[in-house]
Amino acid sequence: MDKQSKVWRLALYAVLLYAAVYYLLPLYIMVTTSVKSMDEIRAGNLIALPMGITFEAWAKAWSSACTGVECGGLSRYFWNSVQMVIPAVLISTALGALNGYVLSKWRFRGSELTFALILFGVFIPFQVVLLPMAQTLGWFGLARSVAGLVFVHVVFGIASTTLFFRNYYVGIPDELIKAARLDGAGFWRIFLRIVLPMSTPIVMVVLIWQFTQIWNDFLFGVVFSSGDSQPITVGLNNLANTSTSVKEYNVDMAAAIIAALPTIIVYVLAGKYFVRGLTAGAVKG
Amino acid sequence: MTSYNGPAHYGFAERWLPRLVLAPSLVLTVVFVYGFILWNGYLSFTRSRLLPNYEWVGTAQYLALFENERWWVAVHNLVIFGGLFIGGAMAMGILLAVLLDQKVRQEGALRTIYLYPMALSFIVTGTAWKWMLNPGLGLEKLMHDWGFTNFTFDWLVNPDMSIYTVVIAGIWQSSGFVMALFLAGLRGIDDSIIKAAQIDGASLPRIYWKIVLPALRPVFFSTLMILAHIAIKSFDLVMALTGGGPGFSSDVPATFMYSMAFTRGQMGVGAASATMMLMTVAAIVVPYLYSELRGSRHG
Repeated sequence: MDKQSKVWRLALYAVLLYAAVYYLLPLYIMVTTSVKSMDEIRAGNLIALPMGITFEAWAKAWSSACTGVECGGLSRYFWNSVQMVIPAVLISTALGALNGYVLSKWRFRGSELTFALILFGVFIPFQVVLLPMAQTLGWFGLARSVAGLVFVHVVFGIASTTLFFRNYYVGIPDELIKAARLDGAGFWRIFLRIVLPMSTPIVMVVLIWQFTQIWNDFLFGVVFSSGDSQPITVGLNNLANTSTSVKEYNVDMAAAIIAALPTIIVYVLAGKYFVRGLTAGAVKG
Repeated sequence: MTSYNGPAHYGFAERWLPRLVLAPSLVLTVVFVYGFILWNGYLSFTRSRLLPNYEWVGTAQYLALFENERWWVAVHNLVIFGGLFIGGAMAMGILLAVLLDQKVRQEGALRTIYLYPMALSFIVTGTAWKWMLNPGLGLEKLMHDWGFTNFTFDWLVNPDMSIYTVVIAGIWQSSGFVMALFLAGLRGIDDSIIKAAQIDGASLPRIYWKIVLPALRPVFFSTLMILAHIAIKSFDLVMALTGGGPGFSSDVPATFMYSMAFTRGQMGVGAASATMMLMTVAAIVVPYLYSELRGSRHG
């Protein structure tokens, strides 16, 4: 390696590391702040290492911090989110897989138009459906319930799950399907025996995508739920914006980490499948 | 493109089954997307305030909207935020993708670090940045401790600057995702093109500028679409970081709509503002979708 390219490599790594620090710093500050006492926060500064580690703020964020008038911590909101996210992710993913299969392998007159109609749902600003949806959930008796939130997330998740699966299945050779048909396999058999076993990368991408979208949603949560059905994002926002005489930044940071933990865990454990899926063409470039 | 409903020995059920499978999703979409768009549009022409009221008042709500100073602050903020957020996230994401593409060590670890903010909700991001940017104990105090005693950073509570704090947090959250999309695109480019250019004596920056990045035009456009529509829909980040304040200085259309429709009992104005948001998105997205779908039909 000549001298010039050595300097260039050094500069390259310097920039990359500098960027890594930029992305990691907020996480570092969140974690260190959450284990400091308020006295220490006031005495020290943002990036100082904690002198003593205490999990009091975590305990408080989980079970006794005030979110508005109530002071039961985030645990209730957390379990609401768990109850909401599991069915919503599974149903929207299953529907997306079936739609994608039909739209790529069983096209019929009008199926392209159907795809275009569904696809537009990816892009609409949800503000435009909030008022009618609030009314409709009321009629169904689903207003302010976790079931109502599941319904909303399924309905508005179909567009993106269908898009992901359709784009992936377009890449499966039609000849494969044809051959199976000649062997007498039908719609469901082809799906279950041929298409689904080839779907692992895209299923991972869609599961991760839907999980983060739904877990992280705030708009539907704040509009369509109240009290007993609010998800974690709403809980965190209430907690962080509850005006008390003393602002407890350590509790705020512990609460933020609690709210972020499930998606971070999913991302760390399965993130490589996500990137691999993206690379494999799940998102059309 | 192959159609399978030709041969006669595939029975009636086989031919209708695909449509039947698609039907629930189509119905849900027609009702809850298109039906609701019309319903919301109708509400915007009615007298609805705290409760829906279906008495037609023509364009009164739109006139009220256009006379509302707060709406124009929100629109102005969206232009500032959208421009800086899209430009910043794009520039940073592309730069990191190109640098990561140079066969660096520990690429996987670095990629993970750049991408993780994407896993966080804007509410978490907003809460975290709110703490770091707060004028009392955050960045300002850090700089004072380091000896820069004249340093002030009060953007979060300064009505003239509050929207820029949203830009900072937004870029931090989304640029890693841009990096991932571009990296995926870069990996899809045939290495031999780059090799050939290198043999011709072209420098690396020149190869990227003249050959590689132009080849990523489709990625560029889909990323632009994604970022633009994150910007127009952005609601959570503003709510968590500034709550639209101080006053309504960092309002964007999404927070404006929420506050009119759900906290201030101005449902008609809220519906009108939602329609304006939809029109803006449609003006960008419909031509894009049209060209995409036409393209894929032949591709």
